[in-house]
Amino acid sequence: MNQPNQATMSALIYQRRRWTDRLMTLLTTLAVLVAVVPLFGILIYVLIQGASVINWDFFSKLPTPVGEPGGGMLNALVGSTILVVLAAAIGLPIGLFSAIYLAEYGHGRLATAIRFVTEVLNGVPSIVVGIFAYAIVVRPLHHFSALAGGIALGLMMIPTVTRTAEEMIRMVPNSLREAGLALGLPRWRVIVSIVLPTAANGIITGIMLAIARISGETAPLLFTALNNSFLSVNLLQPVSSLPVQIYTYATTPYEELHRMAWGAAFVLVMIVLVVNMVTRLLTRSGYHMHR
Amino acid sequence: MMQPSAPPASPQTTARSKVARADRWFRGLATGFGLSILGLMALLTLALFIDAWPAIRHFGLRFLTSSEWNYVDQFGALPYIWGTIYSSLLGLLLSLPVSLGVAIFLAEIASGSLRTPLSFLVEMLAAIPSVVYGLWGIFVLVPIVRTVETWLNAHFGFIPLFAGAPFGVDMFSAAVVLAIMITPTIASVSRDVLLAVPASQREAALALGATRWESIKVAFSNAWSGIVGAIILGLGRALGETMAVTMVIGNTATISFSLLSPAYSMAAVLANEFSEAVNELHIASLVTIGLLLFAVTFILNSLSRWLVGRLTARATGEGSVRV
Repeated sequence: MNQPNQATMSALIYQRRRWTDRLMTLLTTLAVLVAVVPLFGILIYVLIQGASVINWDFFSKLPTPVGEPGGGMLNALVGSTILVVLAAAIGLPIGLFSAIYLAEYGHGRLATAIRFVTEVLNGVPSIVVGIFAYAIVVRPLHHFSALAGGIALGLMMIPTVTRTAEEMIRMVPNSLREAGLALGLPRWRVIVSIVLPTAANGIITGIMLAIARISGETAPLLFTALNNSFLSVNLLQPVSSLPVQIYTYATTPYEELHRMAWGAAFVLVMIVLVVNMVTRLLTRSGYHMHR
Repeated sequence: MMQPSAPPASPQTTARSKVARADRWFRGLATGFGLSILGLMALLTLALFIDAWPAIRHFGLRFLTSSEWNYVDQFGALPYIWGTIYSSLLGLLLSLPVSLGVAIFLAEIASGSLRTPLSFLVEMLAAIPSVVYGLWGIFVLVPIVRTVETWLNAHFGFIPLFAGAPFGVDMFSAAVVLAIMITPTIASVSRDVLLAVPASQREAALALGATRWESIKVAFSNAWSGIVGAIILGLGRALGETMAVTMVIGNTATISFSLLSPAYSMAAVLANEFSEAVNELHIASLVTIGLLLFAVTFILNSLSRWLVGRLTARATGEGSVRV
């Protein structure tokens, strides 16, 4: 091959490499657009369909029989609240104290084992958690109950709370602990009065995210809390919830029930959106403060 | 941690021993709650095994290979296993180009001011409850899928993949919903793995005259095992996903390669039948399906954790931080 020919060859190769570079940049940008389209698709759809259903009746009335206009989702709203409170009562102490153990005391094999099992628990399909709650609560008590649903959701909260709380507690500088200890404070006082308040912002963020996550969980409630078309505050009776109600309504053939399902989806999505945005703001301001 | 040895009693030392006791109490409390997680997990595994045992003993491995499910004395999970695996793999296939593209864009191409809001949007996708995906799936996605399928069937119906009547409520819809739902998982873990690759690798490539895409390929090959970990994590999510799949897959126990065929999944059969099952063998068979899901997701998650953890730990161990 002679000299000029080689030069054009390498110029061509260089051109090709640059075009590949541009093409791939374009393709990855396109991938981001494709990924975000369903998000906006869902958000817009839920907003449009849901907002038209939301009114005072939606929050204050019980469902009416099919064919009768009006009615609301009071039973599901109250039920979801009961379930979330129950879940928090179970998930928060376990999650927080485990995080304290892991961050402050945990070394060696036991801590590794707990961390590993927490991760495993995080990956357990939610429907399997429902089977577990069925086995330990529903079967012995012989009927479906809010308690069983709350336990299932509480179990699902543990990994998120433990992980975020542990990370946040670890981020508290050691000098603060040492200062407390040097003042003669016992270790538990240092943890309760110095470490936890310092990490509170981050821990609360983790708790809020965990609550947002479980308030939309459906699968573990299907055979624990079941459903209830009446208002119930009895922990030992079945109770309705927003996600289960969405599922039930969506799979019926009735137009009005579909509308109610969109209304419930609107409420759930709003909870998730608001919590995520607020926690983002909280952590950002927290970050700047620590700098 | 610190337990002062007890010298002869004096007011001061009794006060100190009181403090030590309070400390021990607190530590015991924290340890106890930590242990309770281990206990709960053990209890969960045990409960699943005990409740699944009648079916395991009765059917043995036949449970995995039989397709008969007559609600009385014959229970075989093959159609459900097929539906779960096929829909998850299809979902993974659909998701991969998008999620890896997103990961590369977020880690390598986006500037800092673009990375944060985009990461937030992708994470929001993971925060939407799965039942809302199902609702959206039924009323928005399924009609679209039905149109696409009608066209595919009319033009390519001779390929087994597109054979059958286009209902919309079928394998195709399930795969699309799963793809949307696992994209944030794969994208965000892959992004973290890519960000853990030392900047020096890319800089070396760029210094040798590589284009940006070529330097990304270098980073990518370094992060490869971690990205496999991210993909496995996504697969685990897809296998266990219940509500969205139940609402769009058609809930018909068939085994077919066709995307247009309604199908059933393991999680879906649990969602549909568990609360109404009364027959002991029926319940045990359903719990066995749950146990299988549990075992498979356990293995996949552990594998993924190991693959991803190895890479990110190595990167932080080297102290290489890329800003």
